[in-house]
Amino acid sequence: MNILKFLISGILLIYCFSSDLKAKNLEIEITKNLRCLICQGQSVYDSDSEFANSLKILVEKKLNEGLNEKQIYVYLKDKYGDWILYDPGFSKNTYFLWLLPILMFIFGGAIILRKVILKKKKL
Amino acid sequence: MKTKIFPIFLIFTFSIIFFVFYKGLQNTNIYTPEIKSEIKIPNFDTKEFFSKNKINSDQIFIGSDYYLLNIWASWCVPCKDEHKYLMDLSEKENIKIIGQNYKDNFDNAKNFLINLDNPYDLIFLDNDGTIAIEWGAYGVPETFLIQNNKIIKKIIGPLNEKLLFEIKELTQ
Repeated sequence: MNILKFLISGILLIYCFSSDLKAKNLEIEITKNLRCLICQGQSVYDSDSEFANSLKILVEKKLNEGLNEKQIYVYLKDKYGDWILYDPGFSKNTYFLWLLPILMFIFGGAIILRKVILKKKKL
Repeated sequence: MKTKIFPIFLIFTFSIIFFVFYKGLQNTNIYTPEIKSEIKIPNFDTKEFFSKNKINSDQIFIGSDYYLLNIWASWCVPCKDEHKYLMDLSEKENIKIIGQNYKDNFDNAKNFLINLDNPYDLIFLDNDGTIAIEWGAYGVPETFLIQNNKIIKKIIGPLNEKLLFEIKELTQ
C-alpha cells in the first residue's frame, strides 16, 4: 500500500513539474515573438527593461487566465499594434511585407531564365 | 542603346537610395506605432495608494467627466519636470487627475508627493507594471485623457507647455 502511495505521489509530482515546465516553455516562446518596444532590436524575452519585465508577468497572468497563444497576440496587437509581433499576421497592412520576397524571387528567376534561354539560342 | 540604359538605371537607383537614407537621417530612430484613437479603457482591479483598499477601474472612471490618467513614479526624473503642469491642471475643476504609481516604493512615492505637492484626486498602485500594459503604455511618464470610458488623447513622455495648452483646449 505504501509503495502504491509513493508511486502515485511520484507520478503526480512528475506530472505537475512537467506541466509547469510546459507552461513556462510556452511563455518563453510567446515572449520571444514579442518585440520590446522601448529597447528596440531585442525581444521581450531577451530584455530586462521595466516594460519587458511587466510584459513577461502579464503573459504569465494571461496564460493562467486560460488564454491561448493566439489570443495573447491579438490582445497585445490591439494595444500596441502589429509592431509588437515579430511574426505579424497576413493583413492589408502587411501583405506588401509578405509578398515582396516572393515577387523578388519570381522576378529574379525570370531574369535568370531569360538569360539562360538567350544563351541557349546563341549556341 | 542597351549600354545607356544600365548607367541611367544605376544612377536612378542610387539616387533613390541616397534620398531615402538622407531623409531617414532626420527621423527619430525610436519607432512608436500609430495609436488608434478612441480606444476603450481597460478594466482592472487595483489598490488605492494611501488606504490600500481594493478598487476596480469602474469605480474610478465614472460618467462623462474628463479624467487625466498620469502614470508616474518617484524614481522617474521626467515626472518631476512635468509635475508643475499637473499642478496647473489640478486647479481646473472639470478635470480629475488620476495617478498610477508605477513600480514604486511607497515611502519614496509619499515623499515625492509631500515635497512637490499632490495634484492627484486619486492614486492607485501598479506594482508590477501590468496595468500600464493594459493601458498600452510604454513606461513612465505617460498621460491619457479620458472621457466616457474612452481614451481621447495619449501622451508618451512628459507634459510640456504645448501639451498643457492642448489638454486645456480639449477639455473646454
